[in-house]
Amino acid sequence: MSTTTTPAPTGALNVARTTATATRVLRQLRHDPRTIALMILIPCLMLFLLRYVFDGSPRTFDSIGASLLGIFPLITMFLVTSIATLRERTSGTLERLLAMPLGKADLIVGYALAFGVLAIIQSALATGLAVWFLGLDVTGSPWLLLLVALLDALLGTALGLFVSAFAASEFQAVQFMPAVIFPQLLLCGLFTPRSNMQSVLEGLSDVLPMSYAVDGMNEVLRHTDMTATFIRDALIVAGCALLVLGLGAATLRRRTP
Amino acid sequence: MMNYLPGPAETPAVRAVGLTVVRGPRTVLRGLEFAVPRGQITGLLGPSGCGKSTLMRSIVGTQAKVAGTLEVLGRLAGHPTLRTRIGYVTQAPSVYDDLTVRQNLDYFAAILDPGRAAAERRQADVTRAITDVDLTSHADALAGNLSGGQRSRVSLAVALLGTPELLVLDEPTVGLDPVLRRDLWNLFHDIAATRGATLLISSHVMDEAERCHRLLLMREGEILADDTPEALRTRTGSETVEAAFLHLVDEAVAAGRAKETTR
Repeated sequence: MSTTTTPAPTGALNVARTTATATRVLRQLRHDPRTIALMILIPCLMLFLLRYVFDGSPRTFDSIGASLLGIFPLITMFLVTSIATLRERTSGTLERLLAMPLGKADLIVGYALAFGVLAIIQSALATGLAVWFLGLDVTGSPWLLLLVALLDALLGTALGLFVSAFAASEFQAVQFMPAVIFPQLLLCGLFTPRSNMQSVLEGLSDVLPMSYAVDGMNEVLRHTDMTATFIRDALIVAGCALLVLGLGAATLRRRTP
Repeated sequence: MMNYLPGPAETPAVRAVGLTVVRGPRTVLRGLEFAVPRGQITGLLGPSGCGKSTLMRSIVGTQAKVAGTLEVLGRLAGHPTLRTRIGYVTQAPSVYDDLTVRQNLDYFAAILDPGRAAAERRQADVTRAITDVDLTSHADALAGNLSGGQRSRVSLAVALLGTPELLVLDEPTVGLDPVLRRDLWNLFHDIAATRGATLLISSHVMDEAERCHRLLLMREGEILADDTPEALRTRTGSETVEAAFLHLVDEAVAAGRAKETTR
């Protein structure tokens, strides 16, 4: 009552509230160093393992390694976001925040920013390790690999946020991982080229975003320049991420039953 | 829209007419009609499951399927401009366990009063809220490592940020020791007296009723009484509010039975 603060509009994105949210999420993670270590080290460890699994066929390592650089950020961000937002929903902090002048976009973009920072660190380390130490042979620029990895991380965050609305417990949230991620993993062209699949499955893989993430990675692997296909792939992954983020925003309700 | 606006002192903090809330198959609140006066402590009392929390959620605008009229601080409940003017504490402490007390408050303060320009004001606000709930010595401890009572005080501190005009507190003293409960009630009275705020506090502990200026007694989604503790005791000829409440419940049960047999 003493200070006359005019309430900022909550419709559009409020930069200060968004960065405050991102800072808060990063602070929460900082109190959990084990999670950070796992998120950052496991992709590196897997790539290392893969390098020596395919010791005799470096070509295979190139293709699978590049695909995995896109898949890791998607999976980790999916898991971390779905659990984090589920906790936000069940602990009552979401209800409290939505009773405050916080816009839904502030919350979602805040989360995306915080996990984006982590994704950059994770992808930079994994890409650096693969390209400079494990001999992953990329024709194009490693920066483009990093770009796709970031878009994948954004997609993972979006999917995680969305499915957390349908999970009543951590158990259920974790089970969404095989349900949402595994089919995409099988159909994305990691195991066999998509053109070799049965035609229904090929059609299905055409509408799943991870197919384009892997496709984009392989474009960078084979071409020196940014190809039209690469740009299409990147746009599709980004578009899917935004679409799912929008769906996720619709699941955040100020009034609940 | 209202075309006549009475002064803030004249409009009650909360005014309900025919307030009905349905949750799933159950009608939790049935046509409530009451007013909560400004600048006072109103106790919302009744057994658990009688609809206290649903009523509070309706007032702060987080409850869906609210029918009837519900005005809060002169606006319809849930109006966006109310979000900075109401402080709300849920029954379970809603704070981040993996942040320290101060980090929790820093974040919520940044949501209420964002921007770099407000940083100094925010910091003062956070420090005052921590002092209010007597957690200064634990300011840098993780909320998850605190005791249950301490965590609910962190939750309370969040609601005190930004000098709200209306505080809606859902069982804020549950699980606290007598000394702390007394201190908190002193704080509530202080907030009402010096900051001019309105407090709506729910409880199912009847001895806390004596500390309120006014009482709303609830049972099974209906309001049994809306009066001062003293008037309630005199009206029912009881020595305590608890006895008065039981008297009113018995009356309501008897009236309900009479209605059923005549049907």
